[in-house]
Amino acid sequence: MKFSLPTFWVAAVAILFSLAGCDDKEKDAQPAVGTLDVEMEHVVGNRALALNTTTYTNPVSNEQFTISRFNYYVSNVKLQKADGTEYAQPESYYLVQESDAESKHLHFKDIPTGDYTGISFVVGVDSARNTAGAQTGALDVNNNMFWSWNTGYIFFKMEGNLLASSSYPAKTFLMHVGGFTKPYNAVRTVKLTFPSSNLLVRADHSPELHLKADALKVLNGPQPIQLGTFMGAHMPGSNAMQVANNYAAGMFSVEHIHAN
Amino acid sequence: MGLAGLLVAGCQPDADILKQQAVPGDTLPSNFPTPAYALETNPPDRATFELGRTLFYDPRLSRTGDVSCGSCHQQFVAFAHADHRVSHGVDGLLGPRNAPALQNLRWRRELLWDGGAKNLETMPLAPLTNPVEMDETLDNVLKKLNADADYQRRFAKIYGKSPIDSYQFLRALAQFTAALTSANSRYDHHVRGEAGGQLSEPELHGRALLAQKCTPCHSTDLFTDETYRNNGLDREFSADSGRAHITNVTQDRGLFKVPSLRNVTKTAPYMHDGRFATLAEVLAHYDHGVQVSPTLDPLLRRPNGQLGIPLTAQEQADLLAFLETLTDTEFLQDRRLAERQ
Repeated sequence: MKFSLPTFWVAAVAILFSLAGCDDKEKDAQPAVGTLDVEMEHVVGNRALALNTTTYTNPVSNEQFTISRFNYYVSNVKLQKADGTEYAQPESYYLVQESDAESKHLHFKDIPTGDYTGISFVVGVDSARNTAGAQTGALDVNNNMFWSWNTGYIFFKMEGNLLASSSYPAKTFLMHVGGFTKPYNAVRTVKLTFPSSNLLVRADHSPELHLKADALKVLNGPQPIQLGTFMGAHMPGSNAMQVANNYAAGMFSVEHIHAN
Repeated sequence: MGLAGLLVAGCQPDADILKQQAVPGDTLPSNFPTPAYALETNPPDRATFELGRTLFYDPRLSRTGDVSCGSCHQQFVAFAHADHRVSHGVDGLLGPRNAPALQNLRWRRELLWDGGAKNLETMPLAPLTNPVEMDETLDNVLKKLNADADYQRRFAKIYGKSPIDSYQFLRALAQFTAALTSANSRYDHHVRGEAGGQLSEPELHGRALLAQKCTPCHSTDLFTDETYRNNGLDREFSADSGRAHITNVTQDRGLFKVPSLRNVTKTAPYMHDGRFATLAEVLAHYDHGVQVSPTLDPLLRRPNGQLGIPLTAQEQADLLAFLETLTDTEFLQDRRLAERQ
């Protein structure tokens, strides 16, 4: 276990205070923690997502399209333990952007050691932070993921171009999903179970969890979307709900786990 | 830091100097409800307040460099826009709505006529980026601030790190907007039992009438219940759907935020689109001008099927007399809130 020197002394002093007069349980009181790396892999069906350059087919309608932007928030990460308990990560906000390779790599520190069976997270930002005022980091309102006239975070952005066909002209499409109040609350929680084996967080090794996000599922979900007729989403409302329901239903899956 | 501040304050012998150094609005008026933006959220501090003040009056925040927050929010009319029906933005562009008074914003849970802004800190993003208002991007604003040596120095001194980011910018600006507290009108002195709080018979009668006929909408000592209502201005709302623009809900069409009545004699023209030039016109509207529509507020439908709030000429005169007592000259003339000359 690696501790910086100041951290060690703060912890040691805290333990001395809290355990004064008690049995010597220093070893138990030391929180045993490890790290976990989560890699977000963006795909479109069975192909890798490449912005602007690759043409994909909408399975709903056979429409040909490209994707120019693919961003989303991951927040309120929780990890479920084999013993039935759950670890909720504090200050858990991540902005993932296809255009920024670094952002697709989520590094979780100070995860209690244990055997984990699954992960859940919010796609978007909880209502409290939507109304909490100026923020920093992933929630900086200058990240181009915040509505100024109807203040709140844009949870998910997929933009691109629909290619012309014999039956419709070319057009751009815009899916900006947000909204955290009824009846258009687009905050969605995704829960994934680790398929074959538990994810083991230990002090001395750092597992890697690879999650897949399939952009096709945004279209090919419970409420299918034809890009030619879809009016887009650019405010809280029924269109944003449709997109959110689709991505919540199956966009994310567990690809594999490296135990390391 | 906090302890040092207390110690210094404890050694300060001259209370008048302390009063001068205090940040406007750093004491909550005893007759006001609990604020939405608590003092502890962004503790008032002289240097940060002054920085917010500079930002508020800086036209460089707009794309063209000639429209500041203060352009449409003038202190002498309670930070409304005198004689302007709707907002005037860059390149002489007109907005669809009247620039509202800025006062007691610390008590507002939602801001703007439609409640689209849900926090005092993020509210300025709306006028800043609106193409018919300041038409600038947040990114450009930060670039301009970071290119200015004076801003660099002042922000760094307060926040201890550079470059200036959106958090620092919005928090500093909020120190000024949160400070705009109007609570020293003759009415306030009256209800707090302070000197200078004498109300005349017509004013007292007007106060009773207001409580009887204009509440719950204009209730509490903020004189608004912070709700959204359709007050019968129009029969249809294709020009501006109001609250529905934010909620996307049909029942919210034509609803707008109930404005405060504080300093109301100064904030003409009235209504979300500035259609009424005088308070007499406003009272005439409630008396006999209310238009019917599906979302008309139930309080404006009388049991006999008629609409509006009947007001005799005498009642209107007394109401106007009472509204005069809500003028807070101290607030309108507080030099600490003015643009630095």
